[in-house]
Amino acid sequence: MRAAIIVFPGSNCDRDAADAIVKISGRRPKMVWHRETQLPDVDLVILPGGFAYGDYLRPGAMAARSSIMKDVHHHAKSGRLVLGICNGFQVLTEIGMLPGALLPNAGMKFICKPVALTVVKTSTPFTSGFTKGQVLQIPVAHHDGNFFAQQDELSRLEDEDQVVFRYQSNPNGSVNDIAGLSNIAGNVVGMMPHPERAMTNGKAKGDGDRLFKNLMETLG
Amino acid sequence: MSYLSTPTPEQVAEHGLNTQEYETLCKQLGREPNLNELGICSVMWSEHCSYKSSRIHLAKFPTKSDKVICGPGENAGIIDAGDGDAVVFKMESHNHPSFIEPYQGAATGVGGIMRDVFTMGARPVASLNALRFGEPDHPKTRSLVAGVVAGIGGYGNCVGVPTVGGEINFDPGYNGNILVNAMCVGLARADSIFYSAAKGTGNSILYVGARTGRDGIHGATMASAEFADDTEEKRPTVQVGDPFTEKRLIEACLELMATGNIIAIQDMGAAGLTSSSIEMADKGGVGIEIDLDRVPQREADMSAYEMMLSESQERMLIILKPGSETQSRQIFTKWELDVDVIGKTTDSGRLVLSHKGEIVCDIPVAPLSDLAPKYDRPWKKQEKAPVLDANTLPNRDPIDALCRLMSCPDMASKRWVWEQYDRHVMGDTQADSANACDAAIVRIHQTQKALALTSDCTPRYVKADAFRGGKQAVAESWRNLIAAGAEPVAITNCLNFGNPEKPEIMGQFVRAVEGMAKACEKLSFPVVSGNVSLYNETNGKAIPPTPTVGGVGILKNIGHAIGFGNAKDGDLLYLVGQSNGWLGSSLYARDIEGLSGHRPPPVKLSVERNNGKFVAKAIRRSLVHAVHDLSDGGLACAAAEMAIASDVGLALEANDEMSSHAWLFGEDQARYLLAVPSNRLNQLQRLAYQRHVSFTYVGEMVGDNVKIGAARIAVTELRRKWEQWLPEYMESINGNESK
Repeated sequence: MRAAIIVFPGSNCDRDAADAIVKISGRRPKMVWHRETQLPDVDLVILPGGFAYGDYLRPGAMAARSSIMKDVHHHAKSGRLVLGICNGFQVLTEIGMLPGALLPNAGMKFICKPVALTVVKTSTPFTSGFTKGQVLQIPVAHHDGNFFAQQDELSRLEDEDQVVFRYQSNPNGSVNDIAGLSNIAGNVVGMMPHPERAMTNGKAKGDGDRLFKNLMETLG
Repeated sequence: MSYLSTPTPEQVAEHGLNTQEYETLCKQLGREPNLNELGICSVMWSEHCSYKSSRIHLAKFPTKSDKVICGPGENAGIIDAGDGDAVVFKMESHNHPSFIEPYQGAATGVGGIMRDVFTMGARPVASLNALRFGEPDHPKTRSLVAGVVAGIGGYGNCVGVPTVGGEINFDPGYNGNILVNAMCVGLARADSIFYSAAKGTGNSILYVGARTGRDGIHGATMASAEFADDTEEKRPTVQVGDPFTEKRLIEACLELMATGNIIAIQDMGAAGLTSSSIEMADKGGVGIEIDLDRVPQREADMSAYEMMLSESQERMLIILKPGSETQSRQIFTKWELDVDVIGKTTDSGRLVLSHKGEIVCDIPVAPLSDLAPKYDRPWKKQEKAPVLDANTLPNRDPIDALCRLMSCPDMASKRWVWEQYDRHVMGDTQADSANACDAAIVRIHQTQKALALTSDCTPRYVKADAFRGGKQAVAESWRNLIAAGAEPVAITNCLNFGNPEKPEIMGQFVRAVEGMAKACEKLSFPVVSGNVSLYNETNGKAIPPTPTVGGVGILKNIGHAIGFGNAKDGDLLYLVGQSNGWLGSSLYARDIEGLSGHRPPPVKLSVERNNGKFVAKAIRRSLVHAVHDLSDGGLACAAAEMAIASDVGLALEANDEMSSHAWLFGEDQARYLLAVPSNRLNQLQRLAYQRHVSFTYVGEMVGDNVKIGAARIAVTELRRKWEQWLPEYMESINGNESK
């Protein structure tokens, strides 16, 4: 699996994502500074969690306009994979690679806790090893994870089977309990929970491993 | 008014210098200072920067051991974690700003202590916070809690350093003066640590980070004065934090450090450009010339005085090796940070500032540090507090008392707080506030080693007996690290007291320091860094004396980490340490009987040490399923916490040597509760016998209820009571609805 991780000023889960990739694939991902204009030749691009540009203006709004994002868009159009985690998901909605928007949490507070996710869609390379309805434990840590889409858009993305994960117990007010979403083709996925924080470590078994292992099986 | 003119006596007084201090200054200069020079001197000689009331007593702390790499005097303390790993840490107060503007006050407290740590070449890896608020019913308390917690989270979450632990207390004594003590821990390589001595002349001084604005002018002076009713008017002196800049500053500084271009580096903390430049020059034995026109400025027409005294956040001063300016600038430009060479080091031994073509300050550096006032202030020993006779207290239903204590503000679950903190970023958190463990556990990245971190103080003990309370704070920190499976190594501290000019307050300070020093010495637990916060008073009323201890321990093998959430049905409960039913200044006495001010429990350091070594051995040999230190609320509360965390009931034995409340809620020190699998009991008993440790059967883990004699409560019900107080309190519109 050849992966690249985009580093924006304010990204803070870039190292964690890189560690997860190394752990599963044994290969170090390329760390790509946001000012670059061309991606290296990779199968997977990860937009990591954090607070790109301090979340100023809106989370992800300024990062979405970084020069590297043009090539990320191009990478996705060519059918290769993009995973946006937390702040990365916010960037993907800001740039329009995924529908909807992520608003401040319903409680207006930052929430850091483990949550149970139901796998809704298994026809993406990220979730192909899961079964529909399977429950994963993956933590969230965000202030703006309240997914919102207008009713018509929401119906459309539900009809197109774009919902990848739903919260079992909604922590932030997201419509239809949406925790993760894909584009129609399924090669771009955004999710608020952090799979890279749910890695098997010592005695602790983590469900994050399985998501990255699914990718390994697809990408080799 | 010209800043180049000689100040009037009123201006001297406004700057907080007394007549004698002003005379010393004039004598050193050989003339009267101008207003710029007076401003600079006043912040350097403020209590906050000069430690003038505390210095002679701080010298009593032991500061060395074979694991100490750097003790007090630098930006932070450093210990050796083996294999070339070094742990850099410090705790600092941000009390005054947090009371005036809780969000920004707490946020900049977190940011400031992080800078102290990464200045030394360490990547910050964990934050802790010790918070003390007024009584819940006080009209300001709720908004202060909300603001401080949001500020800590808002800053730490954005920078991406996990907030892994801390403590929160409520007491009417903090109604007018809350405490926000922030601790940061970082990791560096022992062979690449950076210090602040600006050695060598003719080297460039690089200013990096945020621009200088008018915020925080005279913050250090504010932190050295009491509050009165006009406190609100002080809001403009509170600094505003920008965690996004801090994050970029960390990455850029670590990147620059890796180039080898740095001779010295210092953050601009209290007293900003003034204290950073003077401290660097003083430690390096050089002079400094600064062209203030080159300082990146946020606002137009700033005077030299304002620039030198500004406490704008997220700024650093760096002395560069000659010829490395261009490469160094490029790194900061990449991170979109302001950067400029603002001056150079000289051989004059003087701080010379020019602004708009004029010399606006020209003063010798060394005297400002060396001749900083140092006071042996008069102090009064407190009278011995009376001993509370437990037998005079009425018998009460033990389950009812337990429920009241477990749901009281100090003991109740702090989930509402820590769920707002990112506790897992960086991927190395093994145990945080959400986990049932007496210390936070953070893995040393990509190793099998881990850090154990804790913050402790029991102000009600210190208030009743400062010496004993000081000892206890250190002993509890040590015990918490032992109970987590770690080897305690060193502490940082944050000494929060009232006005040192009052002999009884100074007495609290002196005796608490002496108690702490004694415990540090006997437990081989040196002090490597710290901070003193005095004048914590409002309208003449001092806070309870609060010497917060930040303890750091190391686990050679993270697999030895243990908590109190893994007790199993059928485990036997054993108590390590002697119980004498000590209720003086206990949580029970305060919250159930409304009694305070009695003599706190004795702290026998040799017993503490012996019991701790025994528990450490039991953990390393995997003889126990769960370990919990006994502190607030004694045996019953420790057992209840173990039951809640393990989701198993328990039955506690009665003790016929003392009354039930003394047995259950006494706060004798040096005690631990162990959950022992029955097949390990023989080994443990043998070990306890060999080591002369008091090891007593007190009950067993069984069923779904917490049972004390014939009384019982379901674990789920007890958990509900423990969980509900804080969210109900925070989410009610006014205080009455929380009842």
